[in-house]
Amino acid sequence: MNWLFLKTWSPYLVGIGIGILSWISLLLSNKAIGCSTAYVRTGGMIEKFLRGKQIKERKYFQKFEPKIDWEWMLVIGIIIGSSLSAALSGQFEIEIIPAIWSQTFGNNIFLRLISAIIGGTLIGFGSRLAGGCTSGHGISGSLQLSVGSWLALALFFIGGIITSISLFQLLGGL
Amino acid sequence: MFKKLHEKKKAQLLLGLLIGIFFGFLLQKGGATNYNVIINQLLLRDFTIIKIMITAVITGMIGAYLLKKFKKIKLHPKPFYLKGIVLGGLIFGVGFAFLGYCPGTGAGALGTGSIDALFGIIGMILGSLIFSRIYPSISQTLQKKEKEWETIPQALGINPWAIILPIITIYLVFVYFFEFF
Repeated sequence: MNWLFLKTWSPYLVGIGIGILSWISLLLSNKAIGCSTAYVRTGGMIEKFLRGKQIKERKYFQKFEPKIDWEWMLVIGIIIGSSLSAALSGQFEIEIIPAIWSQTFGNNIFLRLISAIIGGTLIGFGSRLAGGCTSGHGISGSLQLSVGSWLALALFFIGGIITSISLFQLLGGL
Repeated sequence: MFKKLHEKKKAQLLLGLLIGIFFGFLLQKGGATNYNVIINQLLLRDFTIIKIMITAVITGMIGAYLLKKFKKIKLHPKPFYLKGIVLGGLIFGVGFAFLGYCPGTGAGALGTGSIDALFGIIGMILGSLIFSRIYPSISQTLQKKEKEWETIPQALGINPWAIILPIITIYLVFVYFFEFF
């Protein structure tokens, strides 16, 4: 059982494992793995708590009802599973500023957290506009050969590569 | 298959949780919940993330289309709408670089103790709520379904294996050159 305590596994092995999980979820749950709708539903649940039932009239919440569903539980599971894996290999660590960020932009906590919120907001908006994220489009949609998912996967990375090179090598290199 | 299980609500929530636990475990073991690994992928210095994703897609594709062939599962391909996917995909990419996590790996990073991932998650919730407000004005434009087809074999009118087998071949050639040269 030593392999459970290893810090990293081969990316090919991990990829095969995720591929097999996609079969299991299609078979047992009739679902394709995806994460971004969990954030819409969480937002809806928070807004419902703050502003009451009137938010049910919003069209998007009729499409994605603010409630706990399979995908929401999946995201909770990811937090638990990742935590477990990190604990087994001694990698669990409270961290605010990751290494590459601090090497490039220094140790200003406010700067890092603001960029995280801005990045998250763009991801939340962009994934809902594109109809999925790196899991829903990138893995699940692509493995089902959805045309839109292959396009989305390419654009996630094209946008990400251009922006990160601009941020870290052009702006950070000044 | 398993139609009765699909309808059991509580069992499904539990299954979602269990599949998520395995997914999160794999993501962490692959290094995909680590900010540095993701940013180094976007800076083209480390190809771990792409290797994981493409291997998952290839493995998943073979199993999903075999299971479909033998009528064990239904597929759920995503609808195609060009404008929304292009615009949303690029906006997502910009956010991906600023945050350094995506919706799945961000949840995983939170599990390993990354506080910046928690702020990213707050952002994702905010971004989704902003989208929910503008949805009525774009649902008939940016997200209007333009085509009858959803998948590559449907669009080309060919057998899925006529596309899957070439994709597997290209993948194996890439892996060979990537790992042995």
